[in-house]
Amino acid sequence: MVSWISALDRKLLRDLFHMRGQGLAVGAIVACGVAIMVMALGAISSLELSRDTYYDRYRFADVFSNAKRAPERLASEIADIEGVRTVETRISRMVTLDIEGMREPANAQLVSLPENGVPRLNGVLLYSGRFPDPSRPDEAVVSKAFVDAHGFTLGSNVRAIINGRARDLEIVGIGDSPEHVYMLGPSGLLPDEKRFAVFWLSRRALEAAFDLDGAFNNVSVSLSPGANPQGVIDGLDALLAPYGTGGAYGAEDQLSNAFIESEMQQLASIAAIIPPIFLIVSALLINAILARLIATERQQIGLLKAFGFDQREIAWHYVKMALGMVVGGILVGFVLGAALARLMTNLYANSFRFPDMIFRLDPSAFVIGGGSAAIAAIVGAIASARSAANLAPAEAMSPAPPTVYSKGVLQRAFARIHFDEPTRMILRHVTRWPIRAGVTVVGVAAAQALLVGTLFAFDAIDELLEQHFNRTDAYDAAINFVEPMNYSAVREIERLPGVLSVQPNRDVSIRIRHGQLDERVWLVGVDPTGRQRRLLDDNQRFMDMPEHGLALSSQLASMVIAGVGDRVTLEVLEGERPVLDAPVTGIVNEAMGWPAFMDVDALGDLLGESDVVSGVYAMIDPDKEAAFSEAVLARPGIASVALQRASIESFNETMEENINIMMTIYALIGGAIAAAVVYNAARISLTERGRELASLRVLGFTEGEVSYILIGELGLLVFLALPLGGLLGMGLAYLVASSMATELFRIPVTIDPSTHGMAATIVVVSSIAAALFVRQRVKTLDLIAVLKTRE
Amino acid sequence: MNVLARSQAPAPDTDTGVLLSARGLTKVYDTGEVKVQALRGIDLDVRRGELLVMLGASGSGKSTLLNILGGLDRPTEGDVQFEGKSLTRRSDAGLTRYRRNHVGFIFQFYNLVPSLTARENVALVTEIARDPIPPEEALDMVGLAARLDHFPAELSGGEQQRVAVARAIAKRPALLFCDEPTGALDSKTGVQVLEALDHVNRELGATTVVITHNVGIADMSDRTIRLSDGLIVDIDEVGRAKKPSELSW
Repeated sequence: MVSWISALDRKLLRDLFHMRGQGLAVGAIVACGVAIMVMALGAISSLELSRDTYYDRYRFADVFSNAKRAPERLASEIADIEGVRTVETRISRMVTLDIEGMREPANAQLVSLPENGVPRLNGVLLYSGRFPDPSRPDEAVVSKAFVDAHGFTLGSNVRAIINGRARDLEIVGIGDSPEHVYMLGPSGLLPDEKRFAVFWLSRRALEAAFDLDGAFNNVSVSLSPGANPQGVIDGLDALLAPYGTGGAYGAEDQLSNAFIESEMQQLASIAAIIPPIFLIVSALLINAILARLIATERQQIGLLKAFGFDQREIAWHYVKMALGMVVGGILVGFVLGAALARLMTNLYANSFRFPDMIFRLDPSAFVIGGGSAAIAAIVGAIASARSAANLAPAEAMSPAPPTVYSKGVLQRAFARIHFDEPTRMILRHVTRWPIRAGVTVVGVAAAQALLVGTLFAFDAIDELLEQHFNRTDAYDAAINFVEPMNYSAVREIERLPGVLSVQPNRDVSIRIRHGQLDERVWLVGVDPTGRQRRLLDDNQRFMDMPEHGLALSSQLASMVIAGVGDRVTLEVLEGERPVLDAPVTGIVNEAMGWPAFMDVDALGDLLGESDVVSGVYAMIDPDKEAAFSEAVLARPGIASVALQRASIESFNETMEENINIMMTIYALIGGAIAAAVVYNAARISLTERGRELASLRVLGFTEGEVSYILIGELGLLVFLALPLGGLLGMGLAYLVASSMATELFRIPVTIDPSTHGMAATIVVVSSIAAALFVRQRVKTLDLIAVLKTRE
Repeated sequence: MNVLARSQAPAPDTDTGVLLSARGLTKVYDTGEVKVQALRGIDLDVRRGELLVMLGASGSGKSTLLNILGGLDRPTEGDVQFEGKSLTRRSDAGLTRYRRNHVGFIFQFYNLVPSLTARENVALVTEIARDPIPPEEALDMVGLAARLDHFPAELSGGEQQRVAVARAIAKRPALLFCDEPTGALDSKTGVQVLEALDHVNRELGATTVVITHNVGIADMSDRTIRLSDGLIVDIDEVGRAKKPSELSW
């Protein structure tokens, strides 16, 4: 018995070798699926470990808050809030930088450091140099990316506009902090290392610069184990309320941390959505391959049964064959996935400023990747294995009865059309084996869908940019004041050189409540007559700012489950901190963020103020941009200036690097699926109909005419698959968009016709390549054997 | 005498009614380890319109000879001329044209296309032929006028083989090669197929070469040749001693 089992396994290995072409095709698909899963899971675990290590070593805080000016004595009261372990008060301000050789201003966040340079929370990692000497107010530690981007070194000077006065700060140290892993500047879409920096100065220097002696405007706390963050947030809000706080928030709302979380969430979505497509296709292919193999091996199966092999052994034999087909793919997927995870991790080092991007591949990634591929193989094999196991020995040992054909639905549907006989053969074969044809159609459609469902991301980015830069945020410059200012500040901006028009705005931090749900958001007061910051409705049409009530971004509406007509509670988190009810009167479509909007005057009424603004949107004469930059930098009270042109350029620079690589990867993967499916279908067809096709060759049909029967059928199936794949691709795009959308940004489902076209082209070209490859085998059809053998 | 010793092989004379002429054919199958000499020097003239039966045991070389005459294979040495033109020097495409335009094949296992009806199986060939007989007429000649629209799976073995005969003759081939046409059939059904063959041979004048190991079939032939061990060992001018209906085995 033992020798029989091993002989059976030898047969299995030989069968696998014999089917190596098809095995490779299945293996390639499995390898792609497993690789993507390992890559995504590996990138998640690497990000997680890098983050946790950094946060832990540099004491990333748990809750953050700010105030206009709070007395330092409040620190001990904060420490007394239940659940607070450590308190660190700071001074933090946005300022503008005037950098030689740059037309537009850059922005910096100034953050204070205690005397010894080592804060209790949010420590600064010093790469080189030293912490500022408290007695020398113009010394600063500067974030590394900015220093590198400008080619600065220790000892370089950078001019900052602090409280309206230009000051040259000397770089005495180069550092980073866990608060700024993702360094997004004001109004930036992506980190822009040239235009945003963090400067750490001595507390004493900032107290003097901002007249905050014995006071702080920023506080972070860490929590005791098991403490309730919401309790601490409420406690902080209560303590800081008299001092003009914008409201406390937890780490999940801390911008840099939220971006890291969002990236991990997107990777998890990739791991959940994309690999299953590959595994489903591989299961379908295994099913088709084994079904054909078992038809070929009927007599062998009968023989094995006659020898006394039981059903379980026969079934297991074919399940093993399926596993044999995927095991190579799984291993290649492991290697490829590990390499891609490392590549991804290295790429993250560009956008996430971890001191050490630690690469860690969790064993679970391999278990999940390999396990799901094995399950797919077993599922694919199960129907065939069962039918093999159930063949009666006597029946199995006689040849299969001739296949019964009928004219079929297709031909009845086209009864009036005269088809030539080869075309009839194609149509009847398709209708005779609808499931097998279906597998090919679904497999090719999956390739098309995968391409549409991934390539649409580029359309989505275009759409977002178009919406953001040309429609909702059509201004050239966004200027934010350090503190809300009187309306006269707008007039002064308007008079600066190059300014064509202005639109004032008033942003206020609020907590919005609807039922049990609440979110801390920016409420943006917009001038309804302005043409620079505008609102779009669901259909991307401009909509008017509601005269009263609140317009919610659609993201916010879904976060608090509110719609037009609902009343929501607004807790203003600054000034007098009024709490009011307001109706939702509009839902708007925003590319990024999840703000709420209100008429600027209505907001003024709400806050009990009039003609107060927190910033200005401006249109600038492009020829006078330099003059504008210079003038705006010279003004006091300006926290940040962001030029849209610079944002777009920086965005395009970053995106262009990635787009070609991504496109190529998607095209290769989608093309691989299509090629594998078509190759398999062609091989199965050729095995099954080899005798028929060889007979036709004997009858005088040319290679081309015989190939038409083989390839024409595939062409028909690919043709049928394309529209289906387009539809499935749209569905996949919706799935990808909805599962990848985070609070930070949404992904519009926009699919340009050219994207469908590109996907279809990739599928068709790959299919043709695979078909031509199989066509080579038509040459090797054995014409003599068909004269002699019975199928 | 149409079968000549190798030593005295003259050039074939196309005017004397010789359609196909083979000279000095040898065929060696070289599998790397062993060489099998399937044909050891065959000279043969096939006359226009005759019904020639080739007899021989398994391994005698008759199938190899049929493959070479039918343009499916090339000899290791020697030459085959069809209507005075060499076949052996033709390319694969040239051989395909030869089969397509001049040759009809009938196989032991019929080799019908299962997805096409009887009529369509015949049409398959008539669509690529120059001057075909309409499929319905061809099927009528083999007695299957009533079964035009049946699929192979709906026909008996004898009926399937008669469809194959109709398919082979519908292109009005100059040559009809039949490889064990009754090998898979019982005697009674086999006779029906042979009658069909005899009928189309007379009606269309298609030169017909039948290979078989069934000695009984030889009685309906014009000539019978026997092969053994790659050589022609005997020829017999039978002269159609019996009608197919008188045969049995």
